[in-house]
Amino acid sequence: MTDTTWDPSRPILEIENLSISFFTRLREIPAVMDFSCTVMPGEAMGLVGESGCGKSTVALAVMRDLGKNGRIVGGKIRFKGRDLTTMGDEELRHIRGSEIAMIYQEPMASLNPAMKVGAQLAEVPMIHQGMSKADAWALARQIVADVRLPDPDRIINSYPHQLSGGQQQRIVIAMALMSKPALLILDEPTTALDVTVEAGIVDLVKDLGHKYGTSMLFISHNLGLVMDVCDRLCVMYSGEAVETGNVVQVFDKMRHPYTQALFRSIPLPGADKNARPLVAIPGNFPLPHERPPGCNFGPRCDYFEKGRCDAHDIEMEDVPEGDRHQTRCLKWQEVDWDAPIAARVAKEKARIGKVVLKMEDLRKYYSVSGSAFGGGMKKVVKANETLSFEAREGETLAIVGESGCGKSTFAKVLMGLETATSGSIMLFDENVQSTPITKRNVDTVSAVQMVFQNPFDTLNPSMTVGRQIIRALEIFKQGKSDAERHARMLELLDLVKLPRAFADRMPRQLSGGQKQRVGIARAFAGGAKVVVADEPVSALDVSVQAAVTDLLMDIQRENGTTLLFISHDLSIVRYLSDRVMVMYLGHVVEMGTTDQVFQPPYHPYTEALLSAVPIADTHVERKRIVLEGDIPSAVNPPPGCPFQTRCRWKSQVPGGLCDREMPPMRDLGGGHQIKCHLAADILARMEPVIKIAAE
Amino acid sequence: MLLFILRRLGVMFLTAFALTFIVFSLTNLQPNLEKLAKSEASVRMTDDQVVSWIANNGYDTPMLSRYAQWLGVLPGWVKTMEDGEVRGRCIAKGADPAAAPRYCGLVQGDWGSSTVFKKPVSEVLGRSLGQTGWLMLTVMLVMVPTALMLGVLSGMREGSRTDRVLSTFAIVTTATPEYVSGVIFIALFASATAGLSPLLADWGWISGKTLFMGTATSAMDDITFWNFALPVMTIALYGIGYIARMTRASMTEVMTAQYIRTARLKGVGFTQVVLKHALRNALIAPFTVIMLQFPWLLNGVVIVETLFNYKGFGWTLVQAATNNDIEMLLGCSVVAVFVVLVTQLISDVGYVFLNPRIRLA
Repeated sequence: MTDTTWDPSRPILEIENLSISFFTRLREIPAVMDFSCTVMPGEAMGLVGESGCGKSTVALAVMRDLGKNGRIVGGKIRFKGRDLTTMGDEELRHIRGSEIAMIYQEPMASLNPAMKVGAQLAEVPMIHQGMSKADAWALARQIVADVRLPDPDRIINSYPHQLSGGQQQRIVIAMALMSKPALLILDEPTTALDVTVEAGIVDLVKDLGHKYGTSMLFISHNLGLVMDVCDRLCVMYSGEAVETGNVVQVFDKMRHPYTQALFRSIPLPGADKNARPLVAIPGNFPLPHERPPGCNFGPRCDYFEKGRCDAHDIEMEDVPEGDRHQTRCLKWQEVDWDAPIAARVAKEKARIGKVVLKMEDLRKYYSVSGSAFGGGMKKVVKANETLSFEAREGETLAIVGESGCGKSTFAKVLMGLETATSGSIMLFDENVQSTPITKRNVDTVSAVQMVFQNPFDTLNPSMTVGRQIIRALEIFKQGKSDAERHARMLELLDLVKLPRAFADRMPRQLSGGQKQRVGIARAFAGGAKVVVADEPVSALDVSVQAAVTDLLMDIQRENGTTLLFISHDLSIVRYLSDRVMVMYLGHVVEMGTTDQVFQPPYHPYTEALLSAVPIADTHVERKRIVLEGDIPSAVNPPPGCPFQTRCRWKSQVPGGLCDREMPPMRDLGGGHQIKCHLAADILARMEPVIKIAAE
Repeated sequence: MLLFILRRLGVMFLTAFALTFIVFSLTNLQPNLEKLAKSEASVRMTDDQVVSWIANNGYDTPMLSRYAQWLGVLPGWVKTMEDGEVRGRCIAKGADPAAAPRYCGLVQGDWGSSTVFKKPVSEVLGRSLGQTGWLMLTVMLVMVPTALMLGVLSGMREGSRTDRVLSTFAIVTTATPEYVSGVIFIALFASATAGLSPLLADWGWISGKTLFMGTATSAMDDITFWNFALPVMTIALYGIGYIARMTRASMTEVMTAQYIRTARLKGVGFTQVVLKHALRNALIAPFTVIMLQFPWLLNGVVIVETLFNYKGFGWTLVQAATNNDIEMLLGCSVVAVFVVLVTQLISDVGYVFLNPRIRLA
């Protein structure tokens, strides 16, 4: 469906000085200001920024779906030369889904739970092309095959809940492609998915983009992903585009302080922490109605000049010699962009002491009932299988794996929220394996604490910050009097680098990073010896992640705490951990020091996991290994090696050993353990996944 | 699935057993029996006569054994009177005692006989349930579609004027109990001297004296709009508000769901979004409420049938209760338990069909 009057050499989407505001009873909140960008046919445009910067609002404005409160207050959005901002409902309806299609963040929520997948797909051509039902279903089947879903006949006849997250996202993509749209808007399409699944989706999106010549507007907070997918990008900050240009140019020759700060705050798996320390962006994201005058980034910017940067609104300026490269900075010509990052005071590594935690042959099985009405066979979910490891004082042990690999179950068992099915957990020579948390004594409870994933839900909304920390102190029997506990609470706030005035604030007055700091203060209230950090920064914005990560490491260094860092983000794991444990389907498949795990020989799963992480660095070359299929269900694990269904090395093992036997844990020397049947010479021949290209 | 239904039936029998036992023991309290004796024989009986009436009619045996007799697991009592007449639970008046069966209870399919109506309980129950069945059916036919329509209309555009008007209507109707709305309706539409009817009659718009009939007695033989509209409206109105509120809540929630946005951004028109994408999801929650309305209707008919003098289940129940008609009340209890649990069973099974995420084993 291409419009005949439209000249394909002209931009497919032109956004000119777009301003969007949300209207509440109190005030008008400007969400996007003076935003311009152009997308040429076949081009993939990335929109990057932290949460709240207005990138999704731009996408919804293109779809003209801003809800009741949102309104476009200025500017134009031209799609194939037609202005979308003034278009009527009927005309819009013809464009939506047929010429502009959208792919959403949460695939499960975006599919109708009560309609078969095929019916939802077939609806699109039936509406827009008046196709017959049979033809539309046939087309749906074909597109489902196109998005590389196995067994399309079964898929189109199933309901969304019967598919896995990755499959659902493929269905959403298929739905967007049903009528071959000219423009595809992808709003964080892989944020809810695992890295290996994400890699598959990203490949698919890129291929389909080439195949159909679709233009894309790709919204993401993940710079690495944008580099993988997009040709051009636009960095947004607090409702404004701050820098736009060709991906390579912006990545290598950034000309806006915010872009630079953003890059400096994300860890890259190619570099270690001493050569390239993380630099957090100071301060907080301004609230939409509290934006500073002049440059929005001014208060957090290293190059800020009073009286100049905050004098008046700043326009986008062209960067010469660039490919439509623009920046919204007054000082871009004066700043020395190649200056090295200010050397950080080298901090001594914490001394690694004696073993504090030892797990041996730990197993945790759950039994689940078969059906909604209580009938059916009882099934056993093997959440953790033969887990054995030691953690020493002052050490950071990272536990990596995708969702469903058993890392959270492991944390629950360690904390005593669940008791293990068998095996032993020795904590300071005391066996706590079968003691639930309610029966543990105060010392043990305060010695093992947890920092949770989502700081937004883990603080009591009706208690002040100070009160919550004091409450923890009371429970841990710290301090003799209220005054003493109050003093200790203030010290803890100092420890997590929060102003003491925060003691009287309510959690809702805090930003995500600040809340997580409170969570950390609470965890350390009883002088914790072992802290389990379950994805502590994954819910936070990148600019805050660095600061929280550094804080955790600082506290660890001072107290000699053992940190068990559960994460799916390999970049950050490489940045902070001493040892790494890779889990797959309840099994530990590889364990060793960070260098051992990140260098070959790899376990095939670790190799795939490493290759799936998008890296925001143009100098890094990485091998793409896309895993086929989904993680098998823990209710019905494959026989033999748990990874055999997706392993690309399987053919190298003679005699179908992988199908039959669980590989033993092998020691490759230096404490590097690997659970794989591959022969030593094959392992030795493995190439590194990530290579840093010579400058 | 079969196991599930069997389990439900088991629960039903247990509940019926427990409920009838409670009703039995309450109706068989000594004062209640004395009252029964006086109303059955003569109000002016002496205390001795009352005692002998109770003994002669078999009410003097232990209560548990009489309950077992009603169930049909113990043989019915047999007594030879002073005048040589043989009386018994299973012996009909004037029938040959020798030909009568030993057991006559629920197990044998004998529901006993009603002391008020002087007829077998099964016959009275059958007739009155038939009457109430028609009433309920009409009420459901009026109530459910109206309520769903109101709910969906107000829920699909939350906060709009339609929504506010319909919500107010729904709240007002739910807040008005049947005995209030019934009386108001009669005064408004069914009085020859007050309300609308005299006006309409004056203008010659209606041929009769009243717009609707204030009593539904004639509807027992022949249901017409004229005699049936008011009782139906009285019951339905109360339920309409309730179901409409539930539907609205569920509809507003569904309309903000992401898959509705997906549908909208696919280019589906608003009507189709509502009908095809929102409706089925929005009906999942109210469906349970609608099924719960069935037992609730049993409640409502007690008032409405008495008010409109419609001799259905509710009216029968009231008659039985005021006259301590033991076996009639027991029969009514069994029916009530049956209705409640069967509707719940239907609601659970229907839920599975509406919501594909729940599967039966």
